[in-house]
This record gives sequence, C-alpha cells and structure tokens, in this order.
Amino acid sequence: MVDLVLGLFSRLDCSPDIYFLEAIINGLLLAGLLALLALGLNLIFGVIDVVWICYAEVVMVGMYGINFAYKGGAPFLLAAVFGILVTALAGVLLHFLVIRPVLETPPINQLLVTGGVLFLMQAAATMAFGVEFKNVGIRLGSANVAEMSFSYARILAFLVALGGMLALWQFLKRTYVGTAIRAISQDRQIMPLMGVDSRRLYLVTSAIGGGLAGLAATLMVLQYDIYPQIGLQFGPLIFMICVLGGLGNMVGGFIAAFIISQFIAVGSSCFHTEWGYAVAFLFFMVAIFIRPQGLFGGKS
Amino acid sequence: MTGIRVTPAGIIGILMVAALPLVVRLFFEASEKYYLHLLIQILLWSFIYTGWSLMGRFGLTSLGHGAFTGIGAYATVMLWNFAGWTPWLGIPVGVVLAAVVGLLVGYPCFRFRITGHYFALLTLALTEFVRLCIVGMRDYTGGSLGTQPKRYADGVSLYALQFEPDRMLSYYIAFALWLVGLYVWLRVDRSMDRYALDAASQDEDAAASVGIDVTREKLKITALSAALCALGGGVFAQYQMYIGPDTIAGLGLSLNIVFAVIAGGLWTLLGPTIGAVFTQMLAETLRVAIQGSAELKGLLGNSALALDQAIYGLLLVLFIIYMPKGILGTGTDWWRRLREKKAAS
Repeated sequence: MVDLVLGLFSRLDCSPDIYFLEAIINGLLLAGLLALLALGLNLIFGVIDVVWICYAEVVMVGMYGINFAYKGGAPFLLAAVFGILVTALAGVLLHFLVIRPVLETPPINQLLVTGGVLFLMQAAATMAFGVEFKNVGIRLGSANVAEMSFSYARILAFLVALGGMLALWQFLKRTYVGTAIRAISQDRQIMPLMGVDSRRLYLVTSAIGGGLAGLAATLMVLQYDIYPQIGLQFGPLIFMICVLGGLGNMVGGFIAAFIISQFIAVGSSCFHTEWGYAVAFLFFMVAIFIRPQGLFGGKS
Repeated sequence: MTGIRVTPAGIIGILMVAALPLVVRLFFEASEKYYLHLLIQILLWSFIYTGWSLMGRFGLTSLGHGAFTGIGAYATVMLWNFAGWTPWLGIPVGVVLAAVVGLLVGYPCFRFRITGHYFALLTLALTEFVRLCIVGMRDYTGGSLGTQPKRYADGVSLYALQFEPDRMLSYYIAFALWLVGLYVWLRVDRSMDRYALDAASQDEDAAASVGIDVTREKLKITALSAALCALGGGVFAQYQMYIGPDTIAGLGLSLNIVFAVIAGGLWTLLGPTIGAVFTQMLAETLRVAIQGSAELKGLLGNSALALDQAIYGLLLVLFIIYMPKGILGTGTDWWRRLREKKAAS
C-alpha cells in the first residue's frame, strides 16, 4: 500500500510548464463538448422532470447513424444531419413509448425505466454492428502553437458546441414554442391550465434533447472510436456535470462542465487518465455534500 | 420485538432448496457441475440482491452497490495476493471497509436530505469512482482485465477459503449465505427500525416530528446493506476465482442489482431470490437455445451474443411500466384477489 501511494506521487509532475498549459487548454476544449452533452439532459430534466439514464446511449446511436451514412457514401455534413434526425427520432420514440406510460409513477421508476433502455440500446447496437471499434476515418490534423498541439477536431467540437448552445438559447428565448417550454419548466401544474398542450411540448423537448445528442455525436465521431459500450464511458460524466450544476439548470451545467473537464484534463496530465476521472468524481461527491442542490442550483 | 418463527411451509421450502443438489446428482449426473454452477450463481446473487433490497424497499434507490460488492471482492483478493492475509480476515476487512464507505457517503446524503434522482446519481458517482480506482491501480488489480486470487494447494482449502473445485461444498456455502441474507431481511422486517424507515420514506418531516432520528435510521440500514453486499462480493470472488472491474463492480452491475430486485419483487422476502432465478435463467436459457439451434445461430451470427441482453433490457422496461411490483408482488396480489373473490361468493 505504501509503495502504491509513493508510486502515485512519483508520477506527480505538475510543474507549471508548457504541457500544463496544454492540458488546461485541452480541458477547455473538452468542456465545450461536455457542456453540450449536459445541455440536452438538463433541458429534458428541466421540462419533463425525467432523467434519461440512457442519454449517452442516444449519443451512441447517433454515432453509429453517422458512421453508417458516411460509409454509405453520403458527404459528412449530410451524414451529420442524418445522425441528428435519427437521435431526434430516438428521443421522440423514447418519450412516447417509455416515458409517457410512467410519467405519473414515482420519479425513481422513470430513471430506472430508461436504465432498461440503456441495456436494450447497448445490446441492439452490438447485434447490429458487432463489438468491434469503428471509426469514420476522418483525420483533421492538429494545430501547433508554441510547442503545444491541439487537434482541430477538438477545436471544431468546442466551437460547434458553443454555437449549438447559443442557437438553443435563442430558440428558447425568441420563439413561441421556446417560451412555452421555458414556462412549463417553471410550473408543470399551471401551464396545462393556461391552455398549453404539455404532451406536445414534451415531445418537442424530447426531439430537441435527442437532436442535441445527435449534434454531440457528430462532434464525437471525429475524435473517438465508436463501440457499443461508449455510453458507459460518457454517461456517468454527463450525470455528474448535470447534478453538479443543479439538475435542470442549463447555465449551471455549462459552468460545471468547465470545472469537471479541468479536473479531468489536469488530473490526467499529472497521473494516469483514470485518476483524472477519479479525482473529478471525488470532487463531485465532496461538492455535493457541501451544496446538495448543486453548485448553482436554487432551492428545489 | 418477537423472534422469528419459521412456519412449516418455510421449513419445507428450506429443505427443498437444501435437497436441490441431490436432485441434480440423481437426474443430471452427466452435467452435474454445470447445473450446480447455475444454482450457486443464483444463490450468491440472491444474497447480494437481498442485501440491496434492504435499502431499496425504503425508497433509497442506490446505484452504488456495485461499489460495495467491488470493495468486498477486491479487498479480499488484494489482501490475499499481496499481503498473504487469509480471506477469513480479508472478507471482514472488505465488509467493514464497505460499511464505512457507505456511512461516509450516506451521512451527508441523509443529513442534507438528498433523495430520489439526486441520491441515485450521487451513488452512481460512487460506483464510478470505485471502478476507476480499481482500474487505476492496475499494477495490483490487473486493471480492466481483472485478476485472480492465487490458488492455494489443490484449490480446496479451509485456510484460503477456496472451494471452487468442490461444487457440492460450494453449493452449501452459497446456501448458508443465502439463509443468512433471508434471516437479516426478516430481522429488519420485524424490527422497530423498519417502521421508522417506512415512515421516513413516506414523509420525512412527519417521521422526524414523532421523534424518529431519520438520518441515524437510514445510516444503519445503509451500513448493513453495504456490508452484506461486500460479503457477497468477497464470497463471489472466492467462488469465481476471478474478479474484474465490470463483473463485480461498476455501473452495469449496479443496474443489474436494481433491476433483478424490481423484476422479482422489491417488497417481499423472496422477491430478490425470484429476481435472481429469473435473470440468471433468462440469460442461460437464451444462451443455450441459441447455441443449440443451428438455424438461430446462422440467422443471428455474432449478434447472438447480445440477444439475451436485448431481451433482458426490453423485459425490464416492460416490467417497470406494467409490473412495478415484480413477479412475486404481482403474483401474490393475484392470489389474494382470487381468494377474496372466493370468500365473497
């Protein structure tokens, strides 16, 4: 045990040099993607009051969809649109078939039922595409700045994620449906009395949430291999960010993504990758103990 | 409170389960090892599921029990492989460790009233944290590939608590463990704590106002539940003679635990056991059916490997939507209604 701890510290090499700066900036770039992932989940929770435990699996479906379309000869942008449509449809189906029947039951049932969908989607992906790692095979290269290197895929992901978030914000702010969605997230009981069709709004929200997963999938196929279990790698991370920012709080989730990604990036550069993640999870648990409603959550 | 009296039906049930290996020996001698292996798995998982249901039935839906089984299994094997401690010491260390972790995570949760979604997601983070730690210490734990406890002598040893080659012995160890699990469940069910926790799960303020120390009650049940799962994890490692971060820890396992219990029935003594029988048999039947039929195998190809998982997931969704009380809960409801109808007519 003693040499285990010593071994850990011998790897500790966090001098503030150029690599450290590189890690911080890479963490920043990762944060954009994580924030986008968290945004979809937060939107769904904020409006429908349901946690999709299988949210990362919806992303996985999107990744396979994009890979399928791209390998089938479609240009990448078209493939991306196809992926987004597939995930939006998946979101609608998920809500219609699985969430709607349990909307009136205890909240924990809603969380668990999507856990069943998680198993189903993973297994279905394995059956359809096998367990092999797949890759769309697009290499964007990387930018080299003062001995630091940043892959263009990450920079692109960061920018598109920010753009996507801005677009959603504008949508919620300026359109009629967006206003209705914001209203219903504030009071689920009153809005139906005001003549808002909550069932339709829930479907629209599920489609948007699914579509955001598809957008994230577009950015992820450029950086990561696709395999059926990829959701287990990202899923817990997304939940952590959402809870840390306050479930349903979109701005909080955005900030939390930046905090968590710094832990991961800097932790990974000092220790092994797993320890970066482990430190992030530890921080999360401590933070939740200090502020149970999330760092930026109001009273629930 | 009164002691636990075993009804005649209970005695017959216990004797029947105790006699199962003899039945296997009589009728399936050729593949005795395989059938016993199935039964042992079912009993060991039943024990772990029962441990989880102690908490789950009071609305404390923990996704963190994959962490506790992992702690129990890894503490046992690591102490044996690297410190030479016998599992007779290693398992208690793992059990205490898991209980302490449960208390550490539980205290703030219960103190600050983290319930529902937040509790589930927080315990999920605990699971992930433990799994990452296991993978991270790969020099000792073998990382994501897992590791094996070192074999001692010919593989059957009291000192090393290794019994895997002797399936009969393994069965009765698992059987004893299962009985312990049921006994603990009954003890909790008949205790004052059960009423306190029932009250707290329905309305915490009201429960606190009549003098129930809600945090303390929840901590007690958490420690107990975590300890049982760690014990199950430790024994499971000794039987399987292999531990991997995804087989005995991790989110997948946590979800499996929750689902099996819900499928079986969350609020009954034998619900978790039925859940274990159901899930293990489902996976095994599908596997055998697919392997046994050339057409199915040809039709599905490699994807046959995931068919049982797909059906499993689908069934879980259907269960939660249409049968949230589980197999046993729904079954007893039907039985009761049938009897009431008879009594009325």
